[in-house]
Amino acid sequence: MAIKKQKELDIEEKSPENRILSFPDEVLERVLVFVKTHKDRSAVSLVCRDWYNAERWSRTHVFIGNCYSVSPEMVARRFPNIRSVTLKGKPRFSDFNLVPPNWGSDIHPWLVVFASAYPFLEELRLKRMTVTDESLDFLARSFPEFKALSLVSCDGFSTDGLASITTYCRNLTELDIQESGIEDLGGSWLNFPESFTSLEALNFANLHSEVNFDALERLVARCKSLKVLKVNKHVMLEQLRRLLVRAPQLTELGTGPFSQDHKLRSHIDLESAFSNCKNLNTLSGLWEVSSMYLPALFPACTNLTFLNLSYTALQSAELAKLLQKCPLLRRLWVLDTVEDKGLEAVASSCHLLQELRVFPADPFEQEVIMEGGGNGVTESGFVAVSEGCPNLHYVLYFCHQMTNAAVATVVRNCPNFTHFRLCIMDMRRPDYLTNEPMDEAFGAVVKTCSKLRRLAVSGLLTDRAFEYIGTYAKNLETLSVAFAGSSDRGMQCVLEGCPKLRKLEIRDCPFGNAALLSGLERYESMRSLWMSACNLTMNGCQLLARKMPRLNVEVIKEDESDDMHAEKVYVYRSVAGPRRDAPPFVLTL
Amino acid sequence: MEVSVSDFDNLKATELRLGLPGIDAPEKPAPVSPRGSKRALLKANEECWPGTSKSLEADTSNQEAQPMAKAQVIGWPPIRSYRKNSFKARKAEVEAAGLFVKVSMDGAPYLRKIDLKVYKGYKELREALDNMFRCFSTGELSGMEGCNGSEYAITYEDKDGDWMLVGDVPWEMFISSCKRLRIMRRSEATGMPSSP
Repeated sequence: MAIKKQKELDIEEKSPENRILSFPDEVLERVLVFVKTHKDRSAVSLVCRDWYNAERWSRTHVFIGNCYSVSPEMVARRFPNIRSVTLKGKPRFSDFNLVPPNWGSDIHPWLVVFASAYPFLEELRLKRMTVTDESLDFLARSFPEFKALSLVSCDGFSTDGLASITTYCRNLTELDIQESGIEDLGGSWLNFPESFTSLEALNFANLHSEVNFDALERLVARCKSLKVLKVNKHVMLEQLRRLLVRAPQLTELGTGPFSQDHKLRSHIDLESAFSNCKNLNTLSGLWEVSSMYLPALFPACTNLTFLNLSYTALQSAELAKLLQKCPLLRRLWVLDTVEDKGLEAVASSCHLLQELRVFPADPFEQEVIMEGGGNGVTESGFVAVSEGCPNLHYVLYFCHQMTNAAVATVVRNCPNFTHFRLCIMDMRRPDYLTNEPMDEAFGAVVKTCSKLRRLAVSGLLTDRAFEYIGTYAKNLETLSVAFAGSSDRGMQCVLEGCPKLRKLEIRDCPFGNAALLSGLERYESMRSLWMSACNLTMNGCQLLARKMPRLNVEVIKEDESDDMHAEKVYVYRSVAGPRRDAPPFVLTL
Repeated sequence: MEVSVSDFDNLKATELRLGLPGIDAPEKPAPVSPRGSKRALLKANEECWPGTSKSLEADTSNQEAQPMAKAQVIGWPPIRSYRKNSFKARKAEVEAAGLFVKVSMDGAPYLRKIDLKVYKGYKELREALDNMFRCFSTGELSGMEGCNGSEYAITYEDKDGDWMLVGDVPWEMFISSCKRLRIMRRSEATGMPSSP
């Protein structure tokens, strides 16, 4: 249909005087309602001016992957009818403390513009933005139809800000504050009025303080549409049981600790509460698990598709028992306390598995001897999973040792990887059996997995690995590199060879100005480039900035010692020009 | 989220290190070091790795015994802060771990393990045991003062290896000397000595 339209329009362009309007705008707008993803909508807007206008009037959700790539005024000018905004702020490496505090990405200027342009705004989803209590209060009071707030990996606010949201947002359906750095001033923020019943999703799993349980229980009891409930570590088993009894319709549950609670009336009551939850597809939390109580969960596991055990130091035997109850599992997150044996259990129980994430329980090796041996997972666990789970397409794997042969076997078994993130935690570690670099491992990944969109590499890597990536990874969109490569050539291969690259983040690699400048033509088609602790100088960055005026080339300078070296560089395309809110340590060149 | 600093210090005092002196493992993100020392930091890491460097001093047998302390670099491994914080919390919880004792019951097919530290007194212990083993008994458990006519008695093995009736001594004394619990049939419990 779309192609036919295009041809009709081509004809129209040729004879502007006798233009036949093939499609009135109103009809086009009605059709465009069905075009949902922001990528499709961007494509639609590029067809011609009419389509651009129809699209901008009918768009209700806008996604901004880099809050500094555009200004809020520009967004408001182009899209008059937005109800839902997704905004991402800081570079991803800020999650690992590589970006100094007070760097920016403050939501407030956006809220001020939205308050006048979109008074009926309903949803705000933020990632890595700074959000203050004042902003939350402003949000709560400015948008009477406000429904959904999701703050992932955000910082700058406290529980007081949350109190504003619960007090003033009468139509709230979703409040999700996962993984955010919240200043915890106590648990009284959960003070929705008694008349409030619209909540559908509540996630406060990472909050440290105890919430008022009575208030929570009453809230859960009166919100009949509640589907998602993720509580924190302070909600014990008996309390959880009471919540479940009130909300058997839950589809996603995050529990508190699953360990001894002497207030629990009986094991059987707990089990019966779980067996009434017939619609659970997602389970997380658990924190500590006592194997005594784990079986209470089993009746609720039949329909589980996502199991997040990444906060639970589970051993392999317990995991095996649990997995046997989860035949439909598609996504599994675990800690490496399960070890290779646990992964073998995954391989034998979870044939439908599509995504596996294995996190390290003790990444900084502070335990000399860990419970139960504690060597984490190795290459053999990885291979085992690939043998049992042919549908695997997403992996995040933290380990201390790996071999080229094992990775080659894994991708031979599972050629459909779209996301392959392997983190060998020991920097620059070679193949531990052959002592060779891990080049061939990632070579195998890119050669075999033609659908690969995201790749994170680790271990000892020479330029060869990057040659492979540049040659084969034609669908690659995101690449993360740390402590790898031998020369500028490595980075050059990637920039020249990966046409779909959008995000490139590099730390501690021997890439210098020549590598940076080789990407001159590329950066405008990418969202961003991050390079820290590489061999960049201020001169090189200045040259880039001069040649590419539509890029923001920012250097983060935290100390005055070495004026020539550019320690942290962040390059991104922007139509908004240089940042006006840059702190003193961010230099825009 | 408190770190048990004293444990950490003790560990540090005995560990083998190849890192440069003064490089510690910070709990909080360390301030960004000037380029020079960061290179040194990285070099220290390279030296840590056998096979890639010739300058390794420590022999491999030492490596087995004590994992090499790696000079820590900011943001590596790439784990997000909220996960790191939960590890610290778990570590603290494990260290404050309780007094776990096995509980067996005559006629029950398997044992249980409980943490005596969780209970404030005999009444709570009794209730918990009742909850746990209810399916195996027809009536209430006893072993405490004032409960008669029940099938079972709760007994414990003390530090000296003797089997005693639960409930005679003050609670604190009980939990410090109790090694395991056994719920036995009343008929077998008669004639059992009380604590001296």
